[in-house]
Amino acid sequence: MTETTSIEQFGSSRVKRGLADMMKGGVIMDVVTAAQARIAEDAGAVAVMALERVPADIRSQGGVARMSDPDLIDSIIAEVSIPVMAKARIGHFVEAQVLQALGVDYIDESEVLSPADYVNHIDKWKFDVPFVCGATNLGEALRRINEGAAMIRSKGEAGTGDVSEATKHIRTINAEIKRLASLSKDELYVAAKDLQAPYELVVEIAATGKLPVVLFTAGGVATPADAAMMMQLGADGVFVGSGIFKSGNPEQRANAIVKAVTFFDDAKIVAEVSRGLGEAMVGINVSDLAAPHRLSERGW
Amino acid sequence: MTVGVLALQGDFREHAQVLRTLGADVVLVRRPEELARVDGLVIPGGESSVMDKLARAFGLADPLRAAVRAGLPVYGTCAGLIMLADTVVDGIRGQESIGGLDISVRRNAFGSQTQSFETDLEVPVLGDAPVHAVFIRAPVVDTVGPKARALARLADGRCVAVEQGRLLGTSFHPEITGEHRFHEYFLGTVAAARFLG
Repeated sequence: MTETTSIEQFGSSRVKRGLADMMKGGVIMDVVTAAQARIAEDAGAVAVMALERVPADIRSQGGVARMSDPDLIDSIIAEVSIPVMAKARIGHFVEAQVLQALGVDYIDESEVLSPADYVNHIDKWKFDVPFVCGATNLGEALRRINEGAAMIRSKGEAGTGDVSEATKHIRTINAEIKRLASLSKDELYVAAKDLQAPYELVVEIAATGKLPVVLFTAGGVATPADAAMMMQLGADGVFVGSGIFKSGNPEQRANAIVKAVTFFDDAKIVAEVSRGLGEAMVGINVSDLAAPHRLSERGW
Repeated sequence: MTVGVLALQGDFREHAQVLRTLGADVVLVRRPEELARVDGLVIPGGESSVMDKLARAFGLADPLRAAVRAGLPVYGTCAGLIMLADTVVDGIRGQESIGGLDISVRRNAFGSQTQSFETDLEVPVLGDAPVHAVFIRAPVVDTVGPKARALARLADGRCVAVEQGRLLGTSFHPEITGEHRFHEYFLGTVAAARFLG
């Protein structure tokens, strides 16, 4: 066998989007300690999101929410062998540089933290590490992809345990994709203008009928049935933030949500894993939240 | 010819797409009764620790082992290669594999995601044209036992593709690059196995 001498290429779109492909059909869990990360990995999480406070606590404690302490992120990377994600503030490219230097596997440019720039998001093409970004509709998703996001998550309303916004956002994104696919070519110019999205991406989606990157759902998923519903609505996988470690029995609930995502279309299995999980996170109805406290309205 | 794709987690749809393009009937496999219908099986990329956990929780791990022992052709990519290895050097606590390939594998052998890469590989068994290979938090084959055969190595000599009888494994992901030769090669094994029984 002859040896190859070809050059290795790092940080390409294919490599960045590819890691998200490998997480499909999986559950990404928020963790705030190495011990929680261990529970998540043992329960079958496909990745963990390392942060200092889960969204429910950010919401209740208030104040400015920032990137986590590097010591915390290091301790979680050391604890698990599955991919570790971490959050940077919207537009805070130096937090992103720090997270890349720490060796995280994915950066979430997240509305759950306090935005650092109310005009610009991070130029994600400059990084070797891939980014996931939130979106409430197709135009927002395409603007993030245009900036270099390698994965999209519908935003939902983090830290509430109320799945209604997650439902709205995944339905909106998928409905807008279907609409694009139904348009004739000469209608795509105006469609791009209306979506405030790059024309080339709009044409691509009209042709393929799907996003060019993996689409997960986030924000308010608290039960196995919530997770299975997101999968039936067309999500490639789910993020569960506060829903696991703010519940009565995190280990069992984490296990149950993992199984419900794999067997999302089998109601008998979803029923079986939903038994005796103890108390779900208490939650807040999104309709009771005053507009300034709705995280999904951060980012544009 | 009916080929299953293990669909517990990972990029199983990409594999299904390639196999359909090549003319196979594809069954997504999550249950023992689905496994029983297939002439060959692909184990996709994804998280090996998650696939292992779900395979055991839903009674699929032992039927998979029995099928491999009985000569079912299986092709594993990345996590699938880990599942097929007799020994996993650094699995998570309690992680098991299906086994069948006389190799030991190391998970995440290149480090974190920023060390993921693409490169061209020589794979003599597939012909002269190099294979464009994508490695994503990929494993490598640490040791190749006497029953297994290395099919491709990186420039530094590390083994990233192996074959043993009807089992095939690659550290990388032909299913996401439009490279169909590994799947064609595997379907050849499946066809031969059907003929021989």
